[in-house]
Amino acid sequence: MDLLAFFRRTPPTASLAKERLRIIVAQERSARGGPDYLPLLRSELFEVIRKYVKVDADAIQVNLEKEDGQDVLELSVALPGKANAA
Amino acid sequence: MSLETDSTVEAAVADSDNAARTTPAPLRSGDSRLTEIIVVTSGKGGVGKTTTSASLACGLARRGKKVAVIDFDIGLRNLDLIMGCERRVVYDFVNVIHGDCTLKQALIKDKRIDTLYILAASQTRDKDALNAEGVRRVLDELIAEGFDYIICDSPAGIEKGAHLAMYYADRAIVVVNPEVSSVRDSDRILGLLASKTHRAEKGEEKVKEHLLLTRYSPRRVATGEMMSVDDVKEILGIDVIGVIPESQDVLSASNAGTPVILNTESDVADAYEDAVKRLLGEDLPLRFLQEPKRGLFARMFGG
Repeated sequence: MDLLAFFRRTPPTASLAKERLRIIVAQERSARGGPDYLPLLRSELFEVIRKYVKVDADAIQVNLEKEDGQDVLELSVALPGKANAA
Repeated sequence: MSLETDSTVEAAVADSDNAARTTPAPLRSGDSRLTEIIVVTSGKGGVGKTTTSASLACGLARRGKKVAVIDFDIGLRNLDLIMGCERRVVYDFVNVIHGDCTLKQALIKDKRIDTLYILAASQTRDKDALNAEGVRRVLDELIAEGFDYIICDSPAGIEKGAHLAMYYADRAIVVVNPEVSSVRDSDRILGLLASKTHRAEKGEEKVKEHLLLTRYSPRRVATGEMMSVDDVKEILGIDVIGVIPESQDVLSASNAGTPVILNTESDVADAYEDAVKRLLGEDLPLRFLQEPKRGLFARMFGG
C-alpha cells in the first residue's frame, strides 16, 4: 500500500456491506417465492397491529411455508419488551 | 429442490411481458442441439457486460468455435464499438426480426477472428421492436447455421430487452462488481433466471448460472474496503467462473475497439482467458486474487 493511502485510510466497510446484503438478499428471496399479495398483506397487517401495539415494521414477519404438502401462512410479531414499550 | 424453485415460478412477478408466453414451441429439443446460448447479464448497468460479452466471444472464437455475439440493448448500441466494427454496421438485429434483410446480411464478420460474427443492436428503434417470436427465429437460424455459441449481451435493467436476452439462454453469466447495489441486482437477476426463462417456464433443466466478478481490487479486499470473491459467492450462492481485476486496460481496449482479451500484455486478458477455459469445462484455480508484488518504491509512491 502506498504512503498516502497509509495516512488516509478508508475504514474497512466490506464486512458491513456483506452483512447488509446478507439480510436484504435473504428477505428479498423469501418474498420472491411468495404470492404477489404478500407485501401488501404485510403492510396492512402492520397498520392493524400498530393500532394496538407499538412495533417496528421489521418486527412483523409474514411468510408462506410449505409443510407436509400444505401451504401455511405464518405470521410472527415480535412484541416490544417492557423497556421499549414504556 | 427443483420442485421448490418451480413453485416459485408460478407465483413470481407477473410484471414482465406476455409476449414470451405466447411463443410457439421452439424447434430445438435441447439435448440434440450443439449450440449453446449464453446470456451475459447483470441487472445493474456499467458493470462490464459488453466488455465481458466481447471478450468471451473472442476467446471462444479463437479456439475455433463458431460464435455469434448479439447486442440486445436496442436503442443504445454499444457492442459494435467495443468490438471495433461500428463503421461496418449496415443492418441490425431489429432489421432481421422485421424481415428488412436476411440474417446473413446483418451478421458482421470479425476482421481478426474468422469464426466470430457480430449482430448489432438497432440504434433508432426502441426496445419494443424486439419480440420473443422474432428473437426465437434469429436464434434458430443461427443454430441451423451451425454456430457453436450464441452470446446474448443483455441491456441493464429488467425490462423487455433484458428479459428477451435471457429468455432462451442455456447458460447465464451474471456480471457483478463487489459492491452492494450490483450484488443485490444480481440476486434479482438470478430470481428471474429461475422463473422467467423458457427453460423455467417449460420445467426443463434450469439455466446454468455463473458469477463473473469485474473491477476486482485485491488491494482493497486486503484492506477490508471491498468484499472478497468469497463474500460475494457466499451471498449469491452460485459458482464463480471468473474474477477480472480492476485495470486501466479495459478503458484502453474500449478506446481502441479491441476486446480486452486480445491485449496479451494484460492481466485482464489472462483472467478472461481463464473464464473461457472454465466455460469450456476446464477446472482452473482463480487467479489475480492477490495484490501483485511491487517494489518498495512502487509501494511507497503508489506506482
